[in-house]
Amino acid sequence: MAILQVKGINKRFGGLQALGDVNLSVEENSVHAIIGPNGAGKSTLLNVLVGKLIPDSGSVMFDGQSVLGRKPHEINQLGISRVFQTPEIFGDLTVFENVMIPCFAKRDGAFKMNGIGDVKKEKDILEQAEAILDDVSMLDKRHMHSASLSRGDKRRLEMAMCLVQEPRLLLLDEPTAGMARADTNNTIDLLKEIHEKRDITMAIIEHDMHVVFSLAERITVLAQGTPLVEETPENIKGHPKVREAYLGEAQV
Amino acid sequence: MLGLNKKDFGLLCLVTFMAAAAPILLNPFPETSTLSFLNAGYPALMQLFAIFGIVLIGFNILFGLTGYLSFGHAAFIGIGSYTAMWMYKLLNFNVIISIPMAMFVTGIFAVLIGWICLRRTGIYFSILTLAFAEMAYRLSYSVLTPITGGETNLSPDPINDPMILKGENGLTVPHLFGFDLNAKYVAEVGNWSFTFEAGYYLCALVLVLSFYLSIRVFRSPFGMMLRAIKANNHRMGYTGLNPKPYMLAAFVISGLYAGLGGGLLVAMDAQAGAERMFWTESGTIVIMSILGGAGTLLGPILGAGAIKYMEKILSSISESQLHSWLSILPDGLEDFLVYILANFFVGHAWHLTLGLVFMLVVIFVPGGLVELGQRVASRFRRKGSEDALVSKETPAE
Ligand SMILES: Nc1ncnc2c1ncn2[C@@H]1O[C@H](COP(=O)(O)OP(=O)(O)OP(=O)(O)O)[C@@H](O)[C@H]1O
Ligand SMILES: [Mg+2]
Repeated sequence: MAILQVKGINKRFGGLQALGDVNLSVEENSVHAIIGPNGAGKSTLLNVLVGKLIPDSGSVMFDGQSVLGRKPHEINQLGISRVFQTPEIFGDLTVFENVMIPCFAKRDGAFKMNGIGDVKKEKDILEQAEAILDDVSMLDKRHMHSASLSRGDKRRLEMAMCLVQEPRLLLLDEPTAGMARADTNNTIDLLKEIHEKRDITMAIIEHDMHVVFSLAERITVLAQGTPLVEETPENIKGHPKVREAYLGEAQV
Repeated sequence: MLGLNKKDFGLLCLVTFMAAAAPILLNPFPETSTLSFLNAGYPALMQLFAIFGIVLIGFNILFGLTGYLSFGHAAFIGIGSYTAMWMYKLLNFNVIISIPMAMFVTGIFAVLIGWICLRRTGIYFSILTLAFAEMAYRLSYSVLTPITGGETNLSPDPINDPMILKGENGLTVPHLFGFDLNAKYVAEVGNWSFTFEAGYYLCALVLVLSFYLSIRVFRSPFGMMLRAIKANNHRMGYTGLNPKPYMLAAFVISGLYAGLGGGLLVAMDAQAGAERMFWTESGTIVIMSILGGAGTLLGPILGAGAIKYMEKILSSISESQLHSWLSILPDGLEDFLVYILANFFVGHAWHLTLGLVFMLVVIFVPGGLVELGQRVASRFRRKGSEDALVSKETPAE
């Protein structure tokens, strides 16, 4: 069953057709990769999915409910979390506080007024936050000011912030960009493990083919705002349309 | 203790002690000494320290935690003042009615104004709050004159006002269940004279309570959300949190504190005027906040105190005082220095000194007086304990 159904999405920025008639469906419990050259519209597509952008036309159904027109926090509460291409974390806060906040969001919903309680006494929240930091092996950096983390660590932190919510659909926009090889491999292992253990559906945008082929069960190739092919990893490798999309300019 | 950790409890004790002992601590110089003009331990000034401390504690929950800069907070002080005054005029002079009502009415205004202003962020939010405050100021001098008294200020009129709860021989000055807030006890100790006034102690009590509540807010999940909004408003949404109601709550809380301050001002001195809402008053609140250290617990109290102190003391220094201090200098130099100081730095010109101090603080210790204090303190500690940096985990006190 498809957990995410994207139909006929169009989005123009002035004269630029960033997304042109995009159709995509992501199966529940699968890892679906979206690849394509720079400027293909991959991030724009995710922006539509999380409510950052409203498309000119089309529909997005998540688990039978329409996503379009909902506020970002409503979409997140439905179960969609996103790791951004440039890490979006709470830079002024510590690593530990960064992961506590999504824990509160999951437990208490989009708004809860608790101005008297002490965060240090929220046992369940503290435990969850600690466990997820352990999973991404950042427990030793828990007291660090998150703005001072390396780019790779910021990414891992952001991933932890999304994972701790146990979303039903996790959107990852180049999760390993800026990471060293070893960290990339750790991230692959982490995502694999999370996927197997917790049944989280993932849609992942990546330029690193090693990551794509290690994780993805299906791959959609996007070029100039339009999906070209959707295939399994085995069939995508030598696909002529894919080579054209990536090497197009060279052949013309 | 009281739901606070050791460090916070220590801070609360410190503030409580300072507030209780202020009439003594702020009067270090004997009456007869030439330095006695530096004394600040008289009720009228201490009341201002406490009241602006309260307003600033509230402002800090908005500006310090969320980073949203309101440029119209003086309007809430004004609304609180007028409300309290009308309680005197309509009901009676018991501050147990006027102060809560001042908060209640200010709270309603804060909900409305906040709801509109929070449709925008950053500088646009600030401009909107400024616009509202200007509107309140202008209206109270024009259409709203029947309510605000316009230029003549608003004060109680025991003959013509209804004062339906006053009773036959009820007090016609602010009181707490019949206890006159102007009641004072003066202790003469040698050449010193200390004044303990009921009104000041009411303000001090409210200050301590306000401070306690602000510590709780700082350490609460709500406080953490406010800091998260400051750190990354977008991330809030993508993390499933709705920033709007959090912001509105912070705005209304800060408005309530300002209304409380307005109510207390009228409890200390039964008159209310629109000049309390002028935009420079809102600006002073912002300056106090930054000077003290925005986002810190003690900053608001320090900032409010420092500026009210400078305002009173610097502006009271006269030319003849300057002459007497500088009389050891050669005549020409003395006259020159007195001319410069009197015309640019003290008396009516004290704002320039404030401006310079403010510039120095912002440039050299952007964290305000709290950061200055921390730096001085860490100088005195052994150099080895550089772990002060690690304690970033909790916001600095
Ligand atoms: N807010 C915007 N306003 C105008 N143009 C935009 C906006 N966002 C994206 N674009 C343009 O839309 C096109 C698609 O951008 P998008 O970020 O989706 O590409 P991408 O596939 O994620 O590329 P990359 O691999 O470099 O991240 C680009 O040409 C980009 O310049
Ligand atoms: Mg992109």
